[in-house]
Amino acid sequence: MRNSSLSRYVALIPSSVMIGVFFAIPFALILMVSVSSPADDADFRLGFDLQHFQRFATWFYIERALFSAGLCALIAAISMAIAFPFTYFLTTFKRRAQDLWLIYILAQLSLSEVLIAFSWQILLSRTSGVGNILEMLGIVERSFSMAPSAGAVIAALVYLTVPFSVLLLFPALSRMDRSLLEAARTLGASPVRTFFTVVIPVTRPAIISGAVTVFVLTLGAIIVPQVLGRPQHWTLSVLITDQAIFNFNMPFASALAVVLLALSASVIALVSWLGRRAEA
Amino acid sequence: MITALRRIYMALFALYLIGPIIVITAVSFNAQKFLAFPPRGFSLRWYAAIFVEADWFAALMNSLTIALASALLSTAIAVPVAYAAWRYGLRYARALFALGIAPFILPPVIMALAFLLFFSSVGVNGLMANVIIAHAIFLLALPLVTISLGLESIDKALIEAAQTMGASGWTVFRTVIVPIAAPFALAGFAFCFVLSLNEYIIALMTVGFTVETLPVKIFNALRYGYTPVIASIAVLFLLVNITVFSLIARFSNLARILGAMD
Repeated sequence: MRNSSLSRYVALIPSSVMIGVFFAIPFALILMVSVSSPADDADFRLGFDLQHFQRFATWFYIERALFSAGLCALIAAISMAIAFPFTYFLTTFKRRAQDLWLIYILAQLSLSEVLIAFSWQILLSRTSGVGNILEMLGIVERSFSMAPSAGAVIAALVYLTVPFSVLLLFPALSRMDRSLLEAARTLGASPVRTFFTVVIPVTRPAIISGAVTVFVLTLGAIIVPQVLGRPQHWTLSVLITDQAIFNFNMPFASALAVVLLALSASVIALVSWLGRRAEA
Repeated sequence: MITALRRIYMALFALYLIGPIIVITAVSFNAQKFLAFPPRGFSLRWYAAIFVEADWFAALMNSLTIALASALLSTAIAVPVAYAAWRYGLRYARALFALGIAPFILPPVIMALAFLLFFSSVGVNGLMANVIIAHAIFLLALPLVTISLGLESIDKALIEAAQTMGASGWTVFRTVIVPIAAPFALAGFAFCFVLSLNEYIIALMTVGFTVETLPVKIFNALRYGYTPVIASIAVLFLLVNITVFSLIARFSNLARILGAMD
């Protein structure tokens, strides 16, 4: 018996090594490098120095962090709001139709952010996009370019996250007890009223956790703000990439990554605390 | 009235989802070198270019190799962890499981930077193996979750019945557990494959300057102006994604994997 319980742990050695070496160590490195001090011979020397965080604590970077948080909150709200009715209707479809939609949603969800940004750039361009179609229909006199702009960033980011919102709402809406709806209808509630007084309250935990996930997901977007926005639309993720790849400033990139990590973690913590308080 | 509103809403939503894809597809069949919508002329040359032009083809092969290898590695890491957590309820396995989920939840740029720091401090730079390992760890959550969903769908009474009739541990594993859980493991593998194929920032930061994957090459190409090849790759990728997820739906239970009840 001792032998077999030991072998259970032995079987986990390769996976433990992979996760430990390639997740735990790299992750710890970010934390260490973010507080390293500059050195002459190399880029940085391990130690404890908060100068990179002091550099963050200037209005330029704080404003970027606030902008990132605001943009992500807006995207999460729009994305969940338009995905909710769709997912609700989707769960009433026959299994086969549901499967077809889910396949398409998954395929779009997996599409590289690079390709999504490219598609929207074409769609919003002057010569081969919506502007062109509007010109042909005679709605506008001359076609015009709609990117880069804040609207382009928002439209493409919502597009990027909407498949996730659908999949995050799908389990709750698909498992929802349909007899509740029938009860509400029998008691004389209109479909719209049933939707707002039964469907939404019943699925509130999924809505909240879904919105948080979309928020964190949008924080990770890198290409869309760069390609479809102006520098004033750049988020923390864009700045991290910029520092790491084009300025070779690993310590500052790491410090920004720690800020991004803290931002994601605090939003997740805040919302789960609110959720628990609402339940109690 | 409600039904009409509902139809309009569904149509608008579908248009939003599919509209950009329609434009990209139309652009990819354009006969000329510049992008135009509505397209002028019809040509398959931008699809041929992916396979004929050496640098696009090299990027395609890099992407496919990395996606296949990292999906295999990721599934291989996930199987023992998910199994030990389910079968023996080991606390250690559950902790590993949680640790394995974490990289996927964080904004990807954080893991990309972590891998960049790690490989450059170890002194192993620019190898394809780096991005294979990085993707396997980043996407580990997918096989972990699908495999444990598969294992949880096994009725424990079935295992007890097999044991009562004298089946050894190995026989139970081979004849009861594997047949039920295998489609879910395969689904995890397929999810990993597709997401690795489409991943950009980790590939860029780990090996972007030596091993160009398709997303990295596309982003580099975007900076030097557009080529309709990018549109044809977008369509090709979407078709690959649709094929893989259709296969999952065909051989496994897609709605269940995504959280519906049976």
